[in-house]
Amino acid sequence: MSRITRREWLQLAGAAVASAGVAGRLYAAPPSGPRFLLVFLRGGYDAANALIPYSSSFYYEARPTIAIPRPDPAVTGGALALDPNWALAPALRDSVGALYQQRQAAFVPFAGTQDLTRSHFETQDSIELGQPIGGTRDYRSGFMARLHGSLVPAGSVAVPAISFTDALPLAFQGPGQIPNISMKSVGKPPFDDRQVRILTDMYAGHPLEPAVASGLELRRQVAQAMQALDEEMRASSRNALSIKGFELEAERMARLMRDDYRIGFVDIGGWDTHVNEGAAQGALAANLTGLGRGLGVFSQSLGAEWKNTVVVVLSEFGRTFRENGNRGTDHGHGSVYWVLGGALNGGRIAGEQQRLERADLFQDRDYPVLNDYRALLGGLFRSLWALTNAQCAQIFPQVAPVDLKLV
Amino acid sequence: MSICVSLLAAFGIGACAAPATRSAAAPGAADFAALSRVDAVWLERVSFGLDSGTVADFRRLGRERYLDEQLTPSSEALPAPIAAQIHTLQTPPLDAAQILQSLQQRRQAANAMAEGPDKEQARKALNDDGNRLAYQGVRLELLRAIYSPAQLREQMVWFWLNHFSVYQYKGDLRWLVADYEERAIRPHALGNFRELVLATLEHPAMLQYLDNSQNAAGHINENYARELMELHTLGVNGGYTQQDVQQLARVLTGVGINAGPVPHLKPEWEKLYVRRGAFEFNPARHDFTPKVLLGQNIRAQGFAEVDQAVTLIVRQKACARFVSSELATYFVGDAPPPRLVDAMAETFQKSGGDIAATLRTLFLSAEFATPRSGKFKDPMRYVLSAVRVAYDGRTISNTRPLLDWLNALGEAPFARQTPDGYPLTASNWESPGQMSRRFEIARAIGTGNVHLFDAEDGGAATPPGFPQLSNRLYFEAIEPFLAARTRAALAQASSPQEWNTFLLAAPEMNYE
Repeated sequence: MSRITRREWLQLAGAAVASAGVAGRLYAAPPSGPRFLLVFLRGGYDAANALIPYSSSFYYEARPTIAIPRPDPAVTGGALALDPNWALAPALRDSVGALYQQRQAAFVPFAGTQDLTRSHFETQDSIELGQPIGGTRDYRSGFMARLHGSLVPAGSVAVPAISFTDALPLAFQGPGQIPNISMKSVGKPPFDDRQVRILTDMYAGHPLEPAVASGLELRRQVAQAMQALDEEMRASSRNALSIKGFELEAERMARLMRDDYRIGFVDIGGWDTHVNEGAAQGALAANLTGLGRGLGVFSQSLGAEWKNTVVVVLSEFGRTFRENGNRGTDHGHGSVYWVLGGALNGGRIAGEQQRLERADLFQDRDYPVLNDYRALLGGLFRSLWALTNAQCAQIFPQVAPVDLKLV
Repeated sequence: MSICVSLLAAFGIGACAAPATRSAAAPGAADFAALSRVDAVWLERVSFGLDSGTVADFRRLGRERYLDEQLTPSSEALPAPIAAQIHTLQTPPLDAAQILQSLQQRRQAANAMAEGPDKEQARKALNDDGNRLAYQGVRLELLRAIYSPAQLREQMVWFWLNHFSVYQYKGDLRWLVADYEERAIRPHALGNFRELVLATLEHPAMLQYLDNSQNAAGHINENYARELMELHTLGVNGGYTQQDVQQLARVLTGVGINAGPVPHLKPEWEKLYVRRGAFEFNPARHDFTPKVLLGQNIRAQGFAEVDQAVTLIVRQKACARFVSSELATYFVGDAPPPRLVDAMAETFQKSGGDIAATLRTLFLSAEFATPRSGKFKDPMRYVLSAVRVAYDGRTISNTRPLLDWLNALGEAPFARQTPDGYPLTASNWESPGQMSRRFEIARAIGTGNVHLFDAEDGGAATPPGFPQLSNRLYFEAIEPFLAARTRAALAQASSPQEWNTFLLAAPEMNYE
């Protein structure tokens, strides 16, 4: 099936859903325009072993068994020096490192939230809600939903959003119903048109009506898109089975974001490295390798639309600067965020920075937070969609967006 | 009834078994009456959904006496075929110490072998063994949840398994989760909260999952210390600080696992050494400096420090509030009334953490006197209640499909990777993707071709057949409360299997 045909089909499907009394979230998006994907690394990834502060002697003192050696031109496949202070972990060298060298990737060290609980769950919630710290929380209002809401012109839906997750994340909780489906496995749609109609009618007027209608519709849409993807891959003699894990998910996400969606969310777990974290190789390196390769596949699969796309990779907090007693790291504070995109003004370390010796640590233990995530994301969104101040304030209340000139 | 009649006419089969059952059983007049709506909702909340046995017990005893029996279940009283399955699952006895010992021996033997097919074989056998044991834990959990008349205890076993969540794919946990459920959780499910905390604290599954088995003087790992306060007892805003986390981590140094011989210790440490099964407190690994936790001094004294710390923590008002709030959210729904949580917290604190007493306050509260249907079922309650109503007491021999459904819906036992356990609030389970998945499960259960009655692990298969959902239980407790739109959907069913699918997908079956 060609792209055009599918888009036409989607328009029909969207119209059908809209006529059934559900907000037309599944309308096809305009053929071009900005795209944004948020990749949430759940568990607090150890930023200091992904972007290595190699000019800090204290980094090497504080991590006797898990520090990653300084970049060395004589060593092939070691850490990749990005500037005089920072180097990229060997695990990311060929993937995100290659993007960085094409100026399609940037890193923002000392990024994060003012939340100090060091609790995974509390801090993830607080980031996803994106509300001012210390106020009353509204658990039905995530910042990605507010971004989506702020971009919806009255009466139409031009910026469709999707969550590539089994459950709807807090970031997408809001008054509109954002569809969600994991790309880990995608099967054929379970019900025929008649059954879909009966099931949807059964929920007419029920609070779950939007979720039921959207869920059943999305299964049909995704099944069609994946069938097209499979056919294309077969036609171009690429072996669909050769990629798996996050790379396969990323390829599927790219297909849906290329054709049908403009705002996406995905999360990846397994970053809570309290024990035997490893250094250049090991548990964290394996996770980073899979993530980096997936992001590489994502950028390639978007084709020409990669230049319209921005990806942000973040995590709830960084980890302790010192390794703990078990060759791992415990919950910390500041992190390093990644920003990727085909038209990014990248190839640099962005945001406020500082030295990293012992005296510079926050509470003698962690990276400080110098770049508030709400200001940072707010600035990206403002540039990406030319938002007004009012729209910015709707997405991240009580914070001034900071423009890092990345997009 | 008109739907039932039209079904009979349309399919020419006994899809409406209810009238026949009634005359055959010749029950008393009272039995003919439908449950009142508030009773049906109340009973659904207490149980994993209605089945005939549960409804009969409730009718016989009335609300308060039924609750008494549920809070102090005398014996297991499982149906004989289920008791037999459970007996088989517990033979040989699940014992963490023995399991770990044998695992370590076999692992060493496998590692010592030369590279080659034999070594591969030995490793595979070990791996298969881990999977088998973890699945045994799942079977014990699911069979009891479906068939035990002590429904509230089984709900609490699931609640606590989730509250003190462990993840089978970390370390050796696949070998340990069944024992964790049987020895750490179930005996204390309706008992004393402090003892429950200590039982989980001493279990190798928890010690390995949250890394405390590696926490030693000079090698601090604060993972468990933090979650013990944040997730298990006080809640994230429960009044402790990062300083308290670090202090508790030091209290917990030396609390670990040892399935091997007792280590050789200095004489002054020998009397402080504690060993229960594979649980060990090793003074040689303990930090013997004084600590201050939650403003209280903790004198250096070995494992007694842990006892003192846990006692101190569970006596905090924040603990009573946090546990009560979690329980109320589980049984009442998102944002439970603060007055109810206050009453439960008061009972919890006055009774020294008596779980059954706290539940009595909950189930006899004004809020529960006339409960309104409106609590969205999480996947566990959805799948179990659908199977209980669809197969009403019929003996399941193969639990694999149940596990597959729970996996598909994202709430399988021992499969939550993070220690927070599965979310209690509805918004985590009712997204578009989850609803379409749930309807697929409704169809799987409703069409019946699901191998629930095959032998476990690919043995003899039973011929496919679909459940008779329009049974007596349906007319007693479901049909009277169906909405017009649900009736309209059922009337459009083109087969009994599809009728079952629509009913199991209906709002009435997704809420309790």
